Amino acid sequence: MALPYSEKVIEHFKNPHNVGRLEDYDAKATEGSPACGDMVTLYLKVDDKTQTIEDVSFESYGCASNIATGSIITELAKGKTLDEARKISWKTAAEELGGLPAVKVHCSVLAVDTLRAAIKNYEEKHGLVEDKTETTPDVVIKRLRHVMNPLKGLDIVRTNLVKDVSVDNGRVTVRVDLPRDHQFASNIEHEIEERLEPLWDVSEVHVLFNEDV
Amino acid sequence: MHEDMIYMDNAATTRVEPAVVEAMLPYFTEKYAVASSQFSHSPGIEAREALEASRATIAKALGARQAEELVFTSGETESNNWALKGVARAFRGKKNHLIVSKIESRSVLDSAKALEKDGVRVTYLDVDGDGFANLDQLRESITDDTFLVSIQQANEEVGTIQDIDAIAEIVKERGALFHTDASQSFRKVPLNLSETPLDLVTITAHLIHGPKGVGALYVREGTSIAKWMHGGFMEFDMRGGVENVPGAVGFAKAVEMTVGPQIGYMSALRDQLIDGLLERIPKTELNGPRHRRLPNNVNASFHYAEGESTLLHLDMMGIAVVTGSACFSRSLEPSYVMMAMGKTHEIAHGSIRYSLSRYNTEQEVERVIEATAEVIETLRRISPLGKDEE
Repeated sequence: MALPYSEKVIEHFKNPHNVGRLEDYDAKATEGSPACGDMVTLYLKVDDKTQTIEDVSFESYGCASNIATGSIITELAKGKTLDEARKISWKTAAEELGGLPAVKVHCSVLAVDTLRAAIKNYEEKHGLVEDKTETTPDVVIKRLRHVMNPLKGLDIVRTNLVKDVSVDNGRVTVRVDLPRDHQFASNIEHEIEERLEPLWDVSEVHVLFNEDV
Repeated sequence: MHEDMIYMDNAATTRVEPAVVEAMLPYFTEKYAVASSQFSHSPGIEAREALEASRATIAKALGARQAEELVFTSGETESNNWALKGVARAFRGKKNHLIVSKIESRSVLDSAKALEKDGVRVTYLDVDGDGFANLDQLRESITDDTFLVSIQQANEEVGTIQDIDAIAEIVKERGALFHTDASQSFRKVPLNLSETPLDLVTITAHLIHGPKGVGALYVREGTSIAKWMHGGFMEFDMRGGVENVPGAVGFAKAVEMTVGPQIGYMSALRDQLIDGLLERIPKTELNGPRHRRLPNNVNASFHYAEGESTLLHLDMMGIAVVTGSACFSRSLEPSYVMMAMGKTHEIAHGSIRYSLSRYNTEQEVERVIEATAEVIETLRRISPLGKDEE
């Protein structure tokens, strides 16, 4: 019988590695929410001399692809420096897992983003981050590269779904090349909002579909 | 399907009863003629007789006055499309308002949306937290312009059984037509057309251990509805195309084999499963009403555990169920039924539907309760949610 997941995904789903909470963690991050259907919390213990990840663990409320990605990336991150760990992408994770269904890529991206957020959290705590940069259309597009087009399993920028981006006084408008009643319109809208709203100088996010123009 | 699989997705489809297959077989290989007019060759007449006998059996089970009020279709989706679009067409230029509930099946909701695009005004009735349609809103929204009210008899996801008699009274007072999709409830919940003034009723064979691809639309004599399929005078000149004789025969056989005591049997399994899940697993919520519920439906949400993961674990343990989780759906949206009931996204994402049949057993239900408890414990252990409350 053909499950949509590879054997490796199923293996990590059934017996995820590095699950739970670290006793004395140095940094922690949570991405997603129960409302969006996937949520990951990740804990890091870092050797502050070598900037190496000594231990890492995660907790997941999510689907199989989310749990399996959490398991594989924590496995990959252990023993790496923060800079090395930051480079672990969902692509690396997907390759290690023997592939993921296109429609599930966003669940996997969430786990990877949580690792990066935890690294950032550590750096912020230890004064290792640069100054706040202003949100420009380029910054927005960079963020939109994390929003998946579930039809393709690639991001919405690469698959040309983003028609226009404008930033005006904290108000971001993103024009998406889909009809509003498209199967994935509402899902993409939520994901765009989730990606952009946390930006420090963004107050409003508007997603426009074909009919809105 | 593996022999040991515990199949609890009977609201999606059911296993065909072996006696039904047996009844159908001669109509593929021996009595395969087209059901033709009474002046045809004898094989054609034989096929016609089989078709009409099947029609009579099913019509009688519905309490229809005449067998001719039952028109065979390809199933629920077609019957619902025809009921809405056929009646809308018959009233075009005369009446322009349609009422449906927010938790109708996709075939009703999508037909309503399609009609909306054609200029029909549509009211989508709210439901309460248990899925019961808001009858005050029905009374307020129905007007002389309303040509049809379409409200299902029972919901496929959460099992809610609507008060069809009360709805019929409101609808008839205003002179509108009343359609109910009884696909999930046919032969499980009483419905008698000699008592309830329904104009149109959708039923389907594959949910009562009959074959897929055959259903019917009951059309009360004198109901204004446009012809559905053009291409011949079949089915009283309402639906052209070669009649599905083996399907009709199988449908009738399935009706005959679905008898009263099976309802009591399924209800007992349902209650055993509901009680077991609620007692055995803390922080479990039953979705849908405790009473006035389909005898074979259980739908529960387990806090802090996501539905698709629950489903996959249960599948690997040999249990087939479905979830209202967005991760499972083709649109990545949580169940619209749960959303209409005012449930949170989290409850929708965590919902699991178990739908039973007369083939399920007490032992299976016991195994399912234990397996679910085990899976939920595992998922809660790795979940970031719910731990700080303890």
